[in-house]
Parts: sequence; C-alpha cells; structure tokens
Amino acid sequence: MRTNEEMFNELDRFIEQECNCDEQELIAILHRAQEIFGYLPMVVQAHVARKLGINVSKVYGVVSFYSFFSMEPKGEYVISICMGTACFVRGSDKILERVEQILGIKNGQTTADGKFTITTLRCVGACGLAPVLQINDKTYGNITPEDVESIIAQY
Amino acid sequence: MCTKITSKEQLLTMYDNVKELIEKRTTLQEKPEKYHISVCGGTGCMSSKSEEIVKSLKHWAKEYGVEDKVEVAITGCFGFCERGPIVKIFPDHTFYTKVTVEETERIIRRHVCSHDVINHLLYKNNNGERVFTQENIDFYKKQNRIALRNCGLINPEEIAESIAAKGYQALATALFDMTPDQVIEVVTASGLRGRGGAGFPTGLKWKFAKNAKSKKKYVICNADEGDPGAFMDRSILEGDPHSVLESMAICGYAIGADEGYIYIRAEYPLAIKRLRIAIKQATEMGLLGDNIMGTGFSFNIKIKYGAGAFVCGEETALIHSIEGKRGEPTLKPPFPAEKGLYGKPTNVNNVETWANIPYILLNGASNFASIGTEKSTGTKVFALAGKINNGGLVEVPMGITLREIIYDIGGGIPNGKKFKAVQTGGPSGGCLSEKDLDTPVDYDSLVAKGSMMGSGGMIVLDEDDCMVNIAKFYLEFTVEESCGKCTPCRIGNMRMLEILNRITEGKGEMHDLFELENLATTIQSSALCALGQSAPNPVLSTLKEFRDEYVAHIVDKKCPAGSCRSLLNYEIVTDLCLGCGLCARNCPTNAIYRTDKTGANARLNAYAINPDKCVKCGACVSKCPAKPKAIKK
Ligand SMILES: Cc1cc2nc3c(=O)[nH]c(=O)nc-3n(C[C@H](O)[C@H](O)[C@H](O)COP(=O)(O)O)c2cc1C
Ligand code: FES
Repeated sequence: MRTNEEMFNELDRFIEQECNCDEQELIAILHRAQEIFGYLPMVVQAHVARKLGINVSKVYGVVSFYSFFSMEPKGEYVISICMGTACFVRGSDKILERVEQILGIKNGQTTADGKFTITTLRCVGACGLAPVLQINDKTYGNITPEDVESIIAQY
Repeated sequence: MCTKITSKEQLLTMYDNVKELIEKRTTLQEKPEKYHISVCGGTGCMSSKSEEIVKSLKHWAKEYGVEDKVEVAITGCFGFCERGPIVKIFPDHTFYTKVTVEETERIIRRHVCSHDVINHLLYKNNNGERVFTQENIDFYKKQNRIALRNCGLINPEEIAESIAAKGYQALATALFDMTPDQVIEVVTASGLRGRGGAGFPTGLKWKFAKNAKSKKKYVICNADEGDPGAFMDRSILEGDPHSVLESMAICGYAIGADEGYIYIRAEYPLAIKRLRIAIKQATEMGLLGDNIMGTGFSFNIKIKYGAGAFVCGEETALIHSIEGKRGEPTLKPPFPAEKGLYGKPTNVNNVETWANIPYILLNGASNFASIGTEKSTGTKVFALAGKINNGGLVEVPMGITLREIIYDIGGGIPNGKKFKAVQTGGPSGGCLSEKDLDTPVDYDSLVAKGSMMGSGGMIVLDEDDCMVNIAKFYLEFTVEESCGKCTPCRIGNMRMLEILNRITEGKGEMHDLFELENLATTIQSSALCALGQSAPNPVLSTLKEFRDEYVAHIVDKKCPAGSCRSLLNYEIVTDLCLGCGLCARNCPTNAIYRTDKTGANARLNAYAINPDKCVKCGACVSKCPAKPKAIKK
C-alpha cells in the first residue's frame, strides 16, 4: 500500500510535468487521479482544483457529468455486466439479477467486506459472445444465469 | 528501420521492399515452404484467449523444430466474432474457427509439418459443407471490405505491414501530386457520406472547413462510438490504426490544419494502445509530425479520452469534452467548421469515414462511386448481433437488402425461432419488421421506412423479444445519458419512459399511446441536440410497426413475447410434472411446493407454484427436465 503522500506526489508530477497545470487537461488528470486513488473523493477533487487554480465546483461538475468517474471507492473485484443491446436481447438482465442475488447487493453497490462491486457497462465489443460479464480485466462470454455462481466462486 | 522517409520515391521504394510481407499472404499457394499464421486480436477473440493461442502456437513450433517454417502474429478483427477465435493460415488461406489452445499442437503438427488440413476446425456452411478458405464462407461472400480492408490482414502493431498494404501512399499522392482543392474535389466526387450517423457529404464538410478563414484549424476523429452494441470503429482502430492517422493528415493538408485529435472512449484500452504505437511509429518514420516526407507540411495527432458519456459523440459536446469541460452540446450554427475546438474552424469525422479516404485517393473517386447506390456510395460496416447465427462485423455494399444481410450473411435466426424485427441506428434509430426486409440499405431508404442507417449497430430480434420492452431499453439509455441541459429531453423523455414502464407492468391505458405520440413529436421538434430529438424514434417506430403488441399489453394485460415479467404468470401443469422437485430446490423464494395430486409420474406427487411468493425469475423453467416443460408462462 502506498501512502497518501506518495499518491498525491505522483498526481502532482503528472499535473505539472505532463499537463503543465493546464485546465484543458482536466479530464486526463481525473483519469490519472482515478487510476492512482481508485476513485475521486472530495479531497482529491479539491486538490486538483487548487493545482489548476480553478473552482472545486468546476471539477465536481466534470466528475459528476461523466459516468466513468466514481466518487465512491470500488471493491477489489469489479463485476461489470454488459448491458449493450446485443447482450440485453440475449438476457443480460437475468445475469445481473443473478449476480445481485448471489452477492446480496444491487448494481452500483459494493459488498460490506469491500471485495466485490457490481457495475454495468455498454458493449465491451464482444457481442458475438453475448451475454458478456467482466471481472476486472477478464471477460466471460456466452454465460447463463446458472454459470454465475461458479464464476464468482473463483474469486 | 528508423530512417525518416523524405520523398514519395522513398516511400515507394520502401513499399517495394516490404510488399512481399503482404503479397506472400494474399497470393494463394498450397503446400508452401513457409506458413504465416494470423490469429485474430480483436476484443471478442482476445477475450476468448487469442493471446494464449499465439503463445502456444509459437511454443509448439519450437517443440517440433519448425520455427523457421512458420510465423505467428496477431492481426485485427476478421469480423466473424461468433465463431472466434479465428486463426487464418497463409498462403493456403485456410480459415479455422473456434480454435482453442488445445488445438494449437495439432495445427503445428498436422498443418505446418505435414500440410494436412484439420477438418473439424473448418467452418461448415449453411448447406453443411466444410469450407477451406475465407472467400468461400457464406458469411463473407456478399461482403466487400474497403474500410476493413486491412483488418485481419496486417499486424496493426508493425508500420512496415501497413506500408506493405500501401499505407501512406494516399497521403504521399495528396502532398506531392495534388492541391488541397483537388483532394477535396476527389472526396466530393466519390460521394462519400459521413459514417457516424448523420450521413453528411464528407467532401462538402471539408470544403466548409477549408473556406473558413483562420491561421489555426483542427481535425478531429470521432472515436466515441456511443451506440451500445456496436463495435465497428473500435475494430478499425484495433486492426488498422494507420489508415485513420493517414486520412487525418490528408484532411489536415486539404483544409489547412496542422493539428489533430482522436477522441476515444477510455473503455477501449486495446485500440488506445495500438493508436499510441501507430502514432509513435509513423512519427519516427516522418510520415506524421513535423515536416512530413520532407514537404514542409506538419501534422501532429493527440489522443483524448472520453469518460463514458454518450452525448459526447455529438460533435459540439465532443469538442467541449476535449477542452476539458462537461460534454454538453451547444446549438448549431455555428457549426464546428466555422467555430469549433478552442473557437477555431474544425472538421470532425467518424473513424469509418476516415478509413475510406485512402482507398478513395488511391483508387479514384469513380471506382468508389461505382460501389453502392447513386446517393449512398461505397460500403457500410455493421456490427450484426442479437438473435442471429453468424454475428460479427460485416462490411457490405450500400443498397444490399436487409434480408441478404440477415439471411445470406448472418445465416438467419438461431434455434428455429421466427424473425421479428431488425433494429438499426441504436438509440436514435428504429425497428423494421418482416415486411420491410427487402428495403435496400442506404441512407435515404432506411429513413423513408422510419428507421435510419446510424453508425452501424444492427440488432436482430426474434419472437421472444417484446417490442415494448426493446423501446423501453433504448429510452432508458437516452434518459440515463441525457445531459439535462434542455427541458424537452430531460423531462419529456422521462415522462415517456414512465408511460412505457406502466405499460410493461400492465397498468397502461389506451390514451397512453396517444400521450406517447404527442410527447414524441414535441420532443423531436424542440430538443436542443440530436440526442434528444432522436430519442423518441425507437418508441415511434415500434408503435408504428408493432402497435398490436402495445395494445395487447394494455387491453389484454398480456405480453405476447412472454418477456414482460409483471404480465407473466408461471404455472405448473400437473399432468406434465414429473415430480422430481428440481424446480422447488432451485426456487430462490421457496415459492414451489408439493401438492397431493399425482402428475406424469404415478409414484411422485406433482408440484405447484404459489403466485404470491413467485418472483418470476424463470429459474424453475430452465431446470425443468420434462419434455415438453411442465412449467408454462
Ligand atoms: C447523441 C449523438 C451521439 C453521437 N455519437 C457518435 C459517435 O459515437 N460516433 C460518431 O462518429 N458520431 C456520432 N455522432 C455524430 C456526430 O455528431 C457527427 O455527426 C459525426 O462525428 C460526424 O462525422 P461523419 O460526418 O464522418 O459521420 C453522434 C451524434 C449524436 C447527436
Ligand atoms: S453488447 Fe455486450 S459486448 Fe456488445
């Protein structure tokens, strides 16, 4: 685990050296910040605003606009269910339901032990394998609600 | 080979030196000295382990001592994703489908060492025949690959391969042999229209940007690909990134811009990686960057990431997002060609539009215009998915019918189900039914029928799909993605969604249909950007084509497709029940109990469902071993 200070230092280096503290690079900076911290808590947003010399409200406006940015910490494993059209017509809503049932949380939530987060996304580009589920970087295709339990059990 | 290319002659000499790379693949030869194995590295196949397949092929080549007889490389998407991972062997053009890591030993031992084809990996055509080569597979017969010409042929991470496939020759031709006006004339004469959805003539757009007076101008590649369920642009970027870079530079020369941006979704890591490699390699070779090929013309390309907002595909919103702001659209005019990125004239085109440009410059406008129809020239790439046998990426000449795409290329509907509808245009498009299957696929015919070309999503639906639910799916998407800036879109679409929710829950009334149409026309005419204006389209088109399904939900309180949960009632038919109890054991809410009646099995009592406890998840149906199933909905 890195200390908070190390993480802020890394972010500062990125903001200063690669972005010249340019507010037009805000989205790139937030991407990097989310990579470093895992999510974008208020302290990080305030820090970015100070570095760029802009209002926190502006940073918050951008963070809340884009669904890729998260203000909540994510679990160790993020289970993303594809809700693109191809997956939807092949029953991905039933997959989501089964995942929710097994973990006892809803879409967007994280389990109490911080292990799993459920999210949905739109088309991972593997429509031929629909319905598709991803756990972190690993993709599982052609799954049925019955498969879900054994997939999750691997983690 | 880090020498900079400083003239057209040098590029052509280099082409002569490396063209063999591709030629030896494209000229058919049986029992060759040396094989080249291309393994699909598209996202679909990557998720089914194509990287491991490459590793394993290399491993076995070493084991069998044939390393010098075979080259193994990753290539772009072949499009036949349904049958992935795909492995194509050059120069005998054998096309293997559904290859697993376990098969790699056999491929090396039998195919490479003893020139023996592995029958069971060959694809079986609709008539049951095994086919050896890609060209003879039904899926490819009616396709014409222009935008995808290099996908599946070259290794996208090696610029030499791109050059061997005539990469950057169109740019050289433009820079050395043509004036900017001549370039624009050729693009105009080709009849190319934007592939991002709106179908605006590309040549005309370039002309507007050229005529705008400004020292600084920008070129943007729209790689936001927002349509959920489509992946054309991503496959082009993953399989042939250099074509897009080359075209952007050509446009820069034509309109007088020296800087370009690629706006790409952060969710496309593989495409981003390949673009980065391509930009680096092209810059090192002097084909991009400052003083391209010694001409004094400079063009630099930067990558900007999206962050998951559909509306950012809209060009004015996209421009704001590049500037680091919230991606809210603004009213047009002013168009980006007058006042775009950082207030400067800007030309925005879609990835697939870009991928066509080098072909047009090298083969001539009339060659391109001879493909397709009079008003929609060339080809279009579709991501064919849903209830279809051979889904994947297909590139077809404009004017082909929907029926040809779905049946001849796609191989029809799986599991003997009946075709119901085909959806094009994603959340802005519409659904067409059986009676419109012979509509030619071109910009104007699809609009005339109440749908649209869109960016290339094509979803096939069968009898099990409820059209009200599909309309609701798309509307939920736009409501979630609405940026909230204008009222008709933010509130109007929400109201429509509420009505659809009521209808699918069996609480709808007939006047709701009137209300839907009323709201839809108001939103279409008053929303700020095309996202809001087109959001009601899926509802309107399903209302037009499948009105009786809406009525069945409202009047009969039934979902004819058996999909809307609130309108379903699960029931066990006593006479068919085997009494095995599998359903009861798998019921998550313990809603299934044993009765005192005997069913199909005289020794075991039948089960029944308590409707008050049933959550209609369908787990019981999928577990029921009886044939026909004892559980009806
Ligand atoms: C809501 C909305 C989303 C859009 N999404 C995309 C997209 O994902 N990709 C794209 O190329 N064009 C998209 N467009 C169209 C662009 O605004 C623009 O017309 C296009 O990039 C122009 O390029 P073209 O002329 O080459 O098609 C979208 C438009 C709207 C209104
Ligand atoms: S819709 Fe799920 S992968 Fe494309």
